[in-house]
Amino acid sequence: MEMFLANYAYAFTLLILCIGLYGMFFKRNLVKKVIGLSIFQAAVIMFFVSLASKMGGTVPVKWDEIPVEMIDGYMNPLPHTLMLTAIVVGVATQGVAFGLLVNIWNRFKTLEEDALNEAILEDSRD
Amino acid sequence: MFVVSYISISLLIVLAGVRFKESAQPLATFGAGVTAVLSLVGWIVVKANTEAGFPAIRYGFGGWAPPIGIEFVLDGLSAFFLMVVNGVAAVVLWHSAGNLDKHLDAHPPTFYALASLFLLGLNGMILTGDLFNLYVFLEISSLSSYALIAIGSRQAPLAAFRYLILGTVGGTLYLIGVGFMYAMTGTLNMIDMMAIIPLIAEEPAVLVALLLMIVGIGVKAALFPLYGWLPESYTQTNSISSALIAPIGTKVAAYVMIRVLLFVFGASGLNAVWPLSEVIAYLAGAGILFGSIMAILQKNLKRMLAFSSVSQIGYILMGVALMNPLAFAGALFHVLNHAIMKATLFMVSSHLERQEESVDIRDFNDSYRVKYPWTMATFTLAAISMIGLPPMAGFFSKWMLALGTIEADHWVLLGVILTSSLLNAVYFFGILEKVYLRRSGQKEASQASMNEVSWGMRLPALILALALLGFGFFNVPLLDILQTLFPV
Repeated sequence: MEMFLANYAYAFTLLILCIGLYGMFFKRNLVKKVIGLSIFQAAVIMFFVSLASKMGGTVPVKWDEIPVEMIDGYMNPLPHTLMLTAIVVGVATQGVAFGLLVNIWNRFKTLEEDALNEAILEDSRD
Repeated sequence: MFVVSYISISLLIVLAGVRFKESAQPLATFGAGVTAVLSLVGWIVVKANTEAGFPAIRYGFGGWAPPIGIEFVLDGLSAFFLMVVNGVAAVVLWHSAGNLDKHLDAHPPTFYALASLFLLGLNGMILTGDLFNLYVFLEISSLSSYALIAIGSRQAPLAAFRYLILGTVGGTLYLIGVGFMYAMTGTLNMIDMMAIIPLIAEEPAVLVALLLMIVGIGVKAALFPLYGWLPESYTQTNSISSALIAPIGTKVAAYVMIRVLLFVFGASGLNAVWPLSEVIAYLAGAGILFGSIMAILQKNLKRMLAFSSVSQIGYILMGVALMNPLAFAGALFHVLNHAIMKATLFMVSSHLERQEESVDIRDFNDSYRVKYPWTMATFTLAAISMIGLPPMAGFFSKWMLALGTIEADHWVLLGVILTSSLLNAVYFFGILEKVYLRRSGQKEASQASMNEVSWGMRLPALILALALLGFGFFNVPLLDILQTLFPV
């Protein structure tokens, strides 16, 4: 129990990670796969942010009451900045993914995995 | 310097493309050519530096000293990979001038801007000395490669989408691994982390990080059970994209594997808890056999080449995982060889696709040697190197890998290398036999006339094929240098 209380943030991160993976690999609709993808990436962002947090620490902006040398007083700013970049990457990935989905829709008129597989089989028969 | 040249070129293409459609291809080729020359200069400088006893060139960004700021590192390994990637890319882009097929006619500037972005990402991955920065460049090159692959046949966007899902999972797993390593070491700089890892190598968190990174990069490098995205993507995309991505995309992932596993973790850090290098070596061995067998079964030339990529990347990763200088030099030499061979073979397939509208192997017959004398000669050179017959370069890299397996006492893997050479011979000689050895006099051959592609396409392919012969003859000095790159 104590172990869980100390690490509950990681346990929830793992849970979100698994939900994302489930969405990506077991849902048959391509849009739902993209939703799973974004949940998966959000979990990683949560993971990094929880790495950075400290009990009793404040936002990493210089404040006269806490001297800079007292590192327990501030949260670690580096993971946050890394995650800003990762969020941008995630947005770009989803942009590309939806772009591809629009293309797939225009060509096949469906986004269901099973229907797509059937269409491809028909293509190869001709 | 390298990255800046690609950034500026890709931006220039987008801007110039608005007004002048024709300027994109020369600009992209020029950019890749300049970068290739710069990489050659970099290689010579690094070589001279190492001989004089100076350390690698390190460049910190924004005036921050390296452990805090992001840095680029140019050492022997990165200089070698830059040379391979940029050299092959320049030739492929040159070749693409005559090769804008029906999928690309509409928007050449977009295509070349994407291609330049893709190369920018690869150059960044090779040069960076920072694990998180590597992730960013990985995603840059991946995102542009998804877009490049989506330009193609009717099914191409679907193949690209499946690659996107798998590739993003791989990249994200790598990112989680980086997070664990950051939590354990407090640094993201590779050289910094290298010094800390021996102290913490047996921590479970480091093991988890290592596994996540191997799986993440393994997806990009198409390590055996994770190759799923590769065949479909290379088959469905247009011929320029496949000639551009197939030779160098997976190679750079292999470079990341070398950099992270051998340099950052080192042999002792990698095998501290579980013998992971053996696991990778045997997975790579399984990939070699699987890829070769699947390649024999294919009817489509592009798909056959894609499966052969799965098998060839196995050689490289196996050489890396064997952890001795002989196998390492063999793996690096194979990176060079395979990049050139695959580029040549995909160029040949694009010539045939252009002239025949099909790359079905069953359609190959003796008329091809009359219709495409130059193309088929190029194909033959590359195929012989692929099988590994001397004096082609492919023989020497396989030879070094075989020596490496003996050195490491992995007799099973030696058997894998030898068997797979035979399997390679099966699928390439199958084609050569159809084209060259059938008795002429059938009516296809007598009625056929010369139907070659333009010299602008024949020449680059031929130059690459002859380069294989050249590297085969001059393998000794190169292999000597490559052996010294092995980290001790």
